[in-house]
Amino acid sequence: MTTVEQAVAAPPAAGALHARVTRGGRTALAGGAGALVVVAVLAVMPFAVSAADTTLLVNFFILLTMAVMWNLLAGYAGMVSIGQQAFVGLGAYGVLVLAMNGVNSFAAIPIAAIVCAAIALPVSVLVFRLSGGYFAIATWVVADTAQLVISSVTSLGGGTGHPVPGLSQLSPRAFAEATYWAALIVVVVALGVAYALLRSRIGLLMAAVRDDEVSARSAGARVMATRRLVYLVAALGCGAAGALLAVSQLQVQPGSVFSIQWAAEMIFVSMIGGMGTLEGPIVGTILFFLLQQNLAQQGAWYLIIFGSLAVVVAIWTPKGLWGALRQRTGLELFPVGYRLVTPDRADAPARPSSRRLRRR
Amino acid sequence: MQWVNAIVQGMVTGGFYALFACGLSLLFGVMGIINLAHGDLAIIAAYVAITLVPATHLPMVWGFVVVVPIFAVGGYVLQRTLLQASLDRSPFTTLLVTFGLSVIIENVLLEVFSANGQSISIGTLITNSFALNNVITISWFSLTVLGVAVAVLGALQLFLSRSRTGRLIRAVADDREAAQLSGANYRHLFGVAAAIAFATVALAGLSYGMLTEFAPTSGVTTLLFAFEAVVIGGIGSLWGTLVGGIVLGVAQQLGAQINPAYQILAGNLVFLAVLAVRPRGLFGLRTA
Repeated sequence: MTTVEQAVAAPPAAGALHARVTRGGRTALAGGAGALVVVAVLAVMPFAVSAADTTLLVNFFILLTMAVMWNLLAGYAGMVSIGQQAFVGLGAYGVLVLAMNGVNSFAAIPIAAIVCAAIALPVSVLVFRLSGGYFAIATWVVADTAQLVISSVTSLGGGTGHPVPGLSQLSPRAFAEATYWAALIVVVVALGVAYALLRSRIGLLMAAVRDDEVSARSAGARVMATRRLVYLVAALGCGAAGALLAVSQLQVQPGSVFSIQWAAEMIFVSMIGGMGTLEGPIVGTILFFLLQQNLAQQGAWYLIIFGSLAVVVAIWTPKGLWGALRQRTGLELFPVGYRLVTPDRADAPARPSSRRLRRR
Repeated sequence: MQWVNAIVQGMVTGGFYALFACGLSLLFGVMGIINLAHGDLAIIAAYVAITLVPATHLPMVWGFVVVVPIFAVGGYVLQRTLLQASLDRSPFTTLLVTFGLSVIIENVLLEVFSANGQSISIGTLITNSFALNNVITISWFSLTVLGVAVAVLGALQLFLSRSRTGRLIRAVADDREAAQLSGANYRHLFGVAAAIAFATVALAGLSYGMLTEFAPTSGVTTLLFAFEAVVIGGIGSLWGTLVGGIVLGVAQQLGAQINPAYQILAGNLVFLAVLAVRPRGLFGLRTA
């Protein structure tokens, strides 16, 4: 079908006549089924747990959405952005502006996210002129600029922010449930889009560009278009996360929604869980919340400990915790790569003997 | 005349930005490391000064005698350990590791010194100035910082082009394998480059602490200023960095002249405009 996929199918040259290329397998089926069960359980959660717990889960979904998006950018497309908080903030302010103009806050979430993607298009033209570390700091400048511009608009409350109007019409319980389901929908869509994107032709292109840009270009890959698409999707996702933040906190304040802390958290979570795997951000976010809950009384120490852990992981196991686990066991719940299965080891997890096209 | 004053003040401040930026430039030029913890290291220098210098009974303004050597040694050690380890992985890893360091430093400083603003007090030295006319007065201290920046850039240029170690550093930066074949120990040379970069960071951090109030979160702002100066001036050009710093300083002062809230915004907009119109910067040799 495509050159890249032909190249994937080409390797079984000598000997392995009956080998086939696969990406599924029993664990993938189990992963898919497990994901359905988890989503079903999460969907009925508000009837089972307290309001405090649903709030915690909403924050979990928000961070997970951001981490999935950052993982797409850095883990798959190789673009280290430390300015995704620009879109978190713009998403939050999108909801605020729409709500001030009479739009239902929940209906405003997808609109705000799309606006963020639209803003990301001209931004990408600028920041894509730099690469590597300079790209990273340029995205940071963009986030800083967005915060400064928004803070200077007095009708949006300037530097002190503004409450989101229209949310007090719902009873506290109905509001908490609606916020929870909105957050669940956003995170499921984010994970679903990431999974579909990575299994598509674009996923292969992204990995090719990340691993060797020059070769990918010479093979005809449309590097810029691919990068831009991923950047827009990440802006969309981070915008949706920011929009949820505005709804769940009932209030938007520039210093908080544009905070570099969002970038820190999404980056650390992806690094520790494992960049370049779909499961990594999930594992990382769970760890993050466990640590944060246990160290909540000790001020910023959870972030210091988590940051140190991220540095250690980056140097000693760059594939993260999930990547290390996958390397040992071949376990893949959401496989996006292809692997070669030789007949004698059909359906066996990928061991060194069954050569596998690695995604990292 | 107010506008002329803004331009003059901006040019003087520009020297300070260039001093900040040259460490960033050096680390990138030699090792290809973008040090995202650059601004936070400068803030550490300021905190080290207010913690250690009083014990030495030196006047605060001489604090660099204490802080710069500590930073040079620290830079060498950090390069030989953490930075080299991440460099051995990939440039991508150095980016993540230095970002991690930045967040760790900022939060540790917050825990130890609280979020309150502090400053390095050097008495009347900071207020002494001379008047060019009845509107424009120039602070002696800011002018000194500009002089220090020019001196540091000049010394760096001389060191890299004339001294044996400087030439080795350039050789390693150009082609590591070839330099190694000729007997260069690149790990040691990277350490030396980092020591120099950290020494300039310490100087910049001390000037910052004397010029204005600082807090644990100031590191981000200073990193962005340094970075903007490098890109406006053109990546890979030391003297371009000085011009970039001056352009940034002038832009900020002009922005502040319109509305004090626009100071940083004006700098960011000039940076984005340069990126849009002339991505190689004003004196750039190559794109990033």
